[in-house]
Amino acid sequence: MKQTAVNSVLSIDSRMSSAIQHSLVVVKNAEGLHMRPADKLVRAASTFQCQIELERAGQVADCRSILSLLTLGATEGSELILRAQGPDAELAIRTICHLFENQFEETTAS
Amino acid sequence: MLELQGIAVSPGVAIGRALVFDREGYRITRCLVKPEESEIELNRLVEAVGYAREKLESTQLSTRASLGDHLGSIFSAQQQILVDPNLQSELESLIRKKSYSAEYAVSEVFTRYAAIFRKSPSTFLAERANDVRDVERLLLEQLTGQPMATLTQLPHEAIVVSHDLTPGETAAFDREKVLGICTEAGGPGGHTAIVARGMEIPAVVGVGNFLHNIRSGDEVIVDGHLGRIIVSPDPETKDRYLQRRLFRQSIATQLEEIRDLPATTSDGVRIELMANVEFPHEAAACLARGADGVGLYRTEFLYLGHTLEPSEEEHYEAYAQVVRDMQNRPVVIRTLDLGADKMGMTRPAEPENNPFLGLRSIRLSLRNPALFRIQLRAILRAACLGDVRVMFPMITTLDELRNARFLLRSVSEDLLTESKFIPCAVQVGMMVEVPAAVLMLDRFIEEIDFVSIGTNDLTQYTLAVDRSNDSVVDLYQACDPAVLRLIEKTQQVASKHNKSTSVCGEMSNNPAYALLLVGMGIRTLSIAPAAIPILKKAIRSVTIGQCEAMAWRALRLDTAREVDAFLMNQLAGLVPEIVLQA
Repeated sequence: MKQTAVNSVLSIDSRMSSAIQHSLVVVKNAEGLHMRPADKLVRAASTFQCQIELERAGQVADCRSILSLLTLGATEGSELILRAQGPDAELAIRTICHLFENQFEETTAS
Repeated sequence: MLELQGIAVSPGVAIGRALVFDREGYRITRCLVKPEESEIELNRLVEAVGYAREKLESTQLSTRASLGDHLGSIFSAQQQILVDPNLQSELESLIRKKSYSAEYAVSEVFTRYAAIFRKSPSTFLAERANDVRDVERLLLEQLTGQPMATLTQLPHEAIVVSHDLTPGETAAFDREKVLGICTEAGGPGGHTAIVARGMEIPAVVGVGNFLHNIRSGDEVIVDGHLGRIIVSPDPETKDRYLQRRLFRQSIATQLEEIRDLPATTSDGVRIELMANVEFPHEAAACLARGADGVGLYRTEFLYLGHTLEPSEEEHYEAYAQVVRDMQNRPVVIRTLDLGADKMGMTRPAEPENNPFLGLRSIRLSLRNPALFRIQLRAILRAACLGDVRVMFPMITTLDELRNARFLLRSVSEDLLTESKFIPCAVQVGMMVEVPAAVLMLDRFIEEIDFVSIGTNDLTQYTLAVDRSNDSVVDLYQACDPAVLRLIEKTQQVASKHNKSTSVCGEMSNNPAYALLLVGMGIRTLSIAPAAIPILKKAIRSVTIGQCEAMAWRALRLDTAREVDAFLMNQLAGLVPEIVLQA
């Protein structure tokens, strides 16, 4: 099912001219995509030239805007579509995927 | 000068400087600037952002040093909010395209984001509203050059102007500093109205959107009699109001002299003047003004600002205080008269299309018998301390009255079984507020001890007019001939059965209308404590024959306008000393 959702986005985008990079990311932080992760995400996104967006259930957030990221309300386990378009899109996707993967370097509260 | 019409909810006139609060209770200067000044505003914003950023950065560093990286990063995130590109472009667009001042734009945009977060089902996100507010406060402090005033700490005497006020804000008011209240939202039964009346602060609510037309420091007149707000009055208008105030002060001394005399017409007919009260502490004000008792003790305040249902003890304490203070004078306690939106009781599943025709008042109480019983138990217990009478609001059908009486009886039996004490007998009355109750009154009257006419709702339900609706408010006239006929019929039916009729609506706060009611045979009036002295003066100045002649003619007029003009004219003739000649 998840696969289909991503594929359908890919198939739409493949009709467009510019190269858009995608990935599916999952929020692994217990507290969801909260202030500190969002802050780190904005800082990371701001180092790239490309446009970077996150989409959750049809709602799209600009990765340079902490407010729009927070309003996604992404909780632990939320699946998000990460999209980047621009010269360094591929590197941006890899970097941000990595951030999601290692939980934004948050140590789990004990 | 700008004149606005709202709903008068607490009488009196206040003249003073406005302090404008936004939806969150922070003071802002809401205003528009001239289009050519937009660049200046943008520069001010950029400067303020720079200042706030430095401040956040140093807080981040100091917090990190003292409390660790984890907490320090909160301020890093707040910096991100501050420079958020979406937010910045919204601010810029409001200033550039809509000519907002920088403060106004900041307040508008941050309020919106805070609201989005607050509405979020996730508690984590909902708490982010506070981060948004923190950043906003930093910016506004820089823009206005002063620390934020909050409603609970007014820097000086002022007229509080706001979109709406929360129960917490109104409850924390400094009576010495709040001269008057004016809100965009709110209605006659809302908490602002209730608290303002209790504190005797002139108030007008439901004015509609106008905060963009006023700024802190503007001169404002709040006319709590006519429901009018005047921003930056011209000298003529201000003069008129100042004269009225002088006039009131001058008659106040005359009224003081008759405080301890009874309200008796010059030919010796005794009229009972009772007081409408909201809060237990008002009993003292009733006595100070020479009230014969409490004719309407509203019990809604117990539910204001509380998330939990009040306990039986809380009900009891509130009632007991008033009953004791009134020293054996009658106290009529009205059971809860609120809509489902105003209280913690089970709400209707769907928002109601017509709340005034919906689950409110006695209907709501009967739907929640467990909670209703708590109130009834407390009333019966308080009844042992003095002359307590219970009154059910908004009775429409006999079934409602019978169900309410049944509950009262069953609660009384419970108290007896628990053998805490033997419940005292209480008189039971109903409010006449719905035309159906007037039409069926010959049936109702056999099952009750007294009736009290609530003219506010009776007017609304008879004329099918919502008085909080600006477009039709002029139809709302308690002196409409149709309303007068219903009052007349109620009085006739009740007196035929030897039951007493009182009137407890706002209608009788006006001495001219009160004399009309006396002329129609009403012998008990229940009014705001503050209105008692002047009404006593009016009653002591007339004979019953004069009132009857006045009623005879008024009941033969065709329209509310004619009735009003006739009554005011009569009052000016009969009691000229209390009428300010224009």
